[in-house]
Amino acid sequence: MTTHSVSARAAAAARRPRRRMPMSRRRALLGWAYAAPAAAFVVLLFLLPLLTVSRMSVSDWSLLGGDKGLNAPDNFVDVFREPLLWPSVAFTLEYTVIVGVIVLVLAMLLALLVQESTRWNSVLRTAVLVPSALGLASSSLLFWGLYSPNIGPLNPILQGLGIIDEPISFLGTPDAALWSTVFLIVWRFTGFYMLILMVGLQAIPGDVYEAARLDGAGRIRTYWSVTLPLLRPSIALATVLSVTGSLLAFDQFFILTKGGPDNTTVTIVQLIYRAAFQHFDLGVAGAMSLLVLAALLVINLIQFRLLRAKD
Amino acid sequence: MYTAHRSTRAPKALATVASLAAAGLLLAGCSPSTTTPGGGTDATATADGTDDGTSLTMWTRAATQTQSKAFVDAYNASHKNQIELTIIPTDDYQAKVGSAAGANSLPDLFASDVAYLPNYTSQGLFQDITSRIDALPFADDLAQSHIKAGTWEGKEYAVPHTIDVSVLFYNKDLYTQAGLDPDKPPTTLEEFGEQARAVNKLGGDVSGTYFGGNCGGCLAFTWWPSIWAAGGQVLNEDGTASLLNSDDAKAVYAFYRSLYDDGITGAGTKDETGATWVAPFPDGKVGVMPMPSTMLGDMPASTGVAPIPGLGGGESTYVGGDAIGISASSKHADQAWNFLAWSLGDEAQVEVLAKNNDVVARTDLASNKYSEKDPRLVTINEVAAKGVAPLAVNMGAAVNDPNGPWTVLFRDAVFGDASKIDADNDAITAILAG
Repeated sequence: MTTHSVSARAAAAARRPRRRMPMSRRRALLGWAYAAPAAAFVVLLFLLPLLTVSRMSVSDWSLLGGDKGLNAPDNFVDVFREPLLWPSVAFTLEYTVIVGVIVLVLAMLLALLVQESTRWNSVLRTAVLVPSALGLASSSLLFWGLYSPNIGPLNPILQGLGIIDEPISFLGTPDAALWSTVFLIVWRFTGFYMLILMVGLQAIPGDVYEAARLDGAGRIRTYWSVTLPLLRPSIALATVLSVTGSLLAFDQFFILTKGGPDNTTVTIVQLIYRAAFQHFDLGVAGAMSLLVLAALLVINLIQFRLLRAKD
Repeated sequence: MYTAHRSTRAPKALATVASLAAAGLLLAGCSPSTTTPGGGTDATATADGTDDGTSLTMWTRAATQTQSKAFVDAYNASHKNQIELTIIPTDDYQAKVGSAAGANSLPDLFASDVAYLPNYTSQGLFQDITSRIDALPFADDLAQSHIKAGTWEGKEYAVPHTIDVSVLFYNKDLYTQAGLDPDKPPTTLEEFGEQARAVNKLGGDVSGTYFGGNCGGCLAFTWWPSIWAAGGQVLNEDGTASLLNSDDAKAVYAFYRSLYDDGITGAGTKDETGATWVAPFPDGKVGVMPMPSTMLGDMPASTGVAPIPGLGGGESTYVGGDAIGISASSKHADQAWNFLAWSLGDEAQVEVLAKNNDVVARTDLASNKYSEKDPRLVTINEVAAKGVAPLAVNMGAAVNDPNGPWTVLFRDAVFGDASKIDADNDAITAILAG
């Protein structure tokens, strides 16, 4: 570079009107602009409700009468005084484990089964996926109708076919109510988890299987040592979704059993609903919600730890 | 590749707008909810209110939509004021009213299940209409149970809107087949039991009776009258303690328990949550059972009605249904009152309610040109005048809650361990006391 061009450039720069701002700052602002709608979304739909609920949890806040002032820690004390609290926690955990195991094992089996694109596999895949098109509340209402002793067709059909003599009380005993609900959830969600695992399976390159075969691995060995480890991210995703969803189970129990018979199928979220809309106590409901949130955070952290690929 | 010549204005403007929008939403969400105490003086109230072409908003719950719609349609057709009616699913109604109250956005008029009125009046959701009611010429003939339900600390906030009472329905065809006299319904609970057992002998799909074995609201509505008919009470004076373990009450539970144990009740009784509670009777599968009087219109012609008796005689009923008031935040109290006063007048009561086989809110109109055609309506209207509308601020949490203490009590009394009734009753008192 000659002195001449340097000074010429400097002179030219002095003459040119100053740019509004340097390029890096413009880029940053553009980034903010693109992120703003999403940020507004998060603030509006997550942060604000979280702040409101936190405020509720330390206030005497009636559904009808509104905010009547702070009362910490009364709401939290009331939560732990609720006689149905620990039974509902125990039941929700029991339900989570049952549904998680059944749905994930079934989804895995189906995903392995329908890997190839045969016509039968397409039919099976569609049949298993179709229930996902129904909302959970609609599915619950559907099954409530099926199980109803007065208007449900299941008992008449089973009796007509000679499979049973006496009508089955699908929702009348604690065990029956639990397993009838599990059946509904398995029917509704297996397709979705099958899909997650299918996608994970298809991401595994064929060479890996080829290599395993060349090494003399049988099917089970291949599955255990090759497929499963490579499926880890998909299994992790499916597990986290299933556990979180089951811990927050509400729709299906509220519609099918309303927590009955005799309070044996009450879930944690149903207690929150009851506190808010039966007892009109948003403070206690808020306190319960925060505790559930904390529990979920802990549980999900543990899951991530356990399911992370150990490289 | 980033082009250096892109204008800087668009992204910057977008960022500004987005941030402003976000800030605006943030601020809007921050306003805390406050209560406005039940206000609105009625010093200048007239008995009729004002009809000047104002638009009014009104909410009603789905359970009583037929009657509300009939009222609103008739009113809109004959008045300058126009009411826009919104029907809200029954199970969502409380929550909807609650959130609207918190946001100060209640409609001008809203109806309320009588059982939940104390909740609303004690929280100041309605305007004080005491002197407006007193100015009505027929004030004393209004269903006093509803007026009382809408009274809080001496002030009246609501008038009757729809009345739903519990009565015994019986199937005259099944009675004849069972060898019973179809014109002789039960006059005591014991007779109810005998007649149910006789019908049950017909066998097949038919059962003597049916009840909501998992439905707290249904059983309060249909079993408590038997306690009142025997001269008993279910709650203390101010609704803060439960008397549901009294001897009268225990006798009623034992009566129904024996019917269930002997198989006189239809299949599904124990699990009935109320959703299909009134389904078997119109299908001709049940001999005799107490149900809401508003079911009359759906019943076959060969259905008879009778007041609910107690053990040894007497008769009573649970006066339910909806009352309606003007919300505290309404700016059109006079116009809203015009609708309420009209709805309680002779023309509306007879031509809207009675014509559709519904119970009227005025005891002086119990016998009208429509009820005279159907003596069953006279029976229902007459027993409504004798009925009780029990009041408690925490009624919903104690009685209607499917996980609540009343459900535990009657399930123990009828299907489980009846020795737990006293302990279960204490749990009800705990919730009622708040």
